[in-house]
Amino acid sequence: MIEKAFFLYFAFAAVAVSIITVTRRNVMHAVLCMLLLFFHLAGLYLLLNAEFLAAVQIIIYAGAIMVLFLFVIMLLNLREDVKKVQYGRLWFVGVIVVCGILLAMAGAYVFMVPGQRSDWTIGRIVAETHTAAIGQVLYTRYMFPFEVVSLILLVAVIGAIVLAKRQLK
Amino acid sequence: MTLDHHLLGISPQLWDIGVIVIKIAVVVGAVMGHVAYATYFERKVIARMQMRMGPMEVGPYGILQPIADGIKSFFKEDIIPTNADKPIFFMAPIISLMAALTTLAVVPFFDGFVVSNVNVGLLFILAMSSLGAYGLILAGWASNSKYAFLGALRSSAQVISYEVPLGLSLVGVMIMAGSMNLTDIVHAQQKFPGGIYLVPQLIGFFVFVVSAMAETNRTPFDLPEAETELIAGVFVEYSGMRYALFFMAEYTSMIIMSSIAVLCFLGGWTLPAFVLKVLPFLGYVPGLVWFALKLYACIFFYYWIRATLPRYRYDQLMAIGWKVLIPLSLANIVLTGFISVWMP
Repeated sequence: MIEKAFFLYFAFAAVAVSIITVTRRNVMHAVLCMLLLFFHLAGLYLLLNAEFLAAVQIIIYAGAIMVLFLFVIMLLNLREDVKKVQYGRLWFVGVIVVCGILLAMAGAYVFMVPGQRSDWTIGRIVAETHTAAIGQVLYTRYMFPFEVVSLILLVAVIGAIVLAKRQLK
Repeated sequence: MTLDHHLLGISPQLWDIGVIVIKIAVVVGAVMGHVAYATYFERKVIARMQMRMGPMEVGPYGILQPIADGIKSFFKEDIIPTNADKPIFFMAPIISLMAALTTLAVVPFFDGFVVSNVNVGLLFILAMSSLGAYGLILAGWASNSKYAFLGALRSSAQVISYEVPLGLSLVGVMIMAGSMNLTDIVHAQQKFPGGIYLVPQLIGFFVFVVSAMAETNRTPFDLPEAETELIAGVFVEYSGMRYALFFMAEYTSMIIMSSIAVLCFLGGWTLPAFVLKVLPFLGYVPGLVWFALKLYACIFFYYWIRATLPRYRYDQLMAIGWKVLIPLSLANIVLTGFISVWMP
């Protein structure tokens, strides 16, 4: 009962906060609403017994990426943006497309067949703690995709350094 | 606990909620008292190191000085700049203090006394400490002042750089303890032959101490504040109680960083087994006393550093973070990993 109430709160608040995020004039306020959104998503992860994911969500997105956003916004000093026109002329096209995607997803949900359950039941995850469970799965079953993702990130890091350092030589 | 819900005739859920509320009240009350007297302790310690007396006027040896300070800042005029972004200006100190106080929920002060025994306790603390930086960044941005703005820029860069070594320095402890639950980490240290992780995790401890000082904006890393160049940085436009909230947040996060150091590296509320073998009567002292003594030693160390070292330059701060601390903590992780694989 309490869990359902929490889920409903987190789900509705996440949607409401994201709508507020995209309609703010002030970039700083938008970033703050997005921060709230990340906290609500972390709450949803917690309801799924994924405490490691919830903590990492806050550390990475709220703690690092959004601070970087704020850093860039403050460097650009966007205070004059508040007075400009906020939406392009074709904003209603975007609304129609989003509604279409939502309808398609709702339709797909009707025909959805649940996939095969893995041997990681909720009880087993709780017993072994979520951190240990995610570590074991990541380094055994999903080893190859994990390494591929790491390689892509490494390439991005090296690329960023090369781009930033090019003018020095 | 000898009393329980059967004796009092109330439902178990209500009992649990009541226990949690009382625990929260006790923890917040105790920490707030410590925050007030940490300021007194700091002024006295630094005064002694500079051959002064420190606060002497209010009460014997100035013992009532924190209370006088609190009353003063409560009744001071609250000045808000005309062009400030008011909602964010009001929110910033609250975010800072809230982030610091929330962290207290996962800190075990002695065996079994913790508001919420979370499995990812260490990660939770890191998450909340990164949230605390938003208070400073938003304060600097919302004040609409050049000094505050520079302070906010420095603060955001500092947080991004020092969050990384702070987290990485604790990975060695996580590997050795096999857990991120702070209570489990202390129990794992008890089973460890040396009794504390300070010796095998010396590199990790060094990195942790330096980055904790940067994370809490203490001298020599207090660049967002920097009285001498930014005339108080992000706090320029804040006065009265709002400034006091930032102050409380800074001292609370100092206490939290010190308690992480105590719990992860210094054995928490326990003493090493070999000490108890030599001096068995020390085992009768309650664990809270050892925790408090270790905590006070760490806080004293903060003040000692503040009285000794001058502030770093901004580029030096960045260089220490990226070129010294992060490589050191990565090396520590690799070393700890190899050792724990070969010598389990």
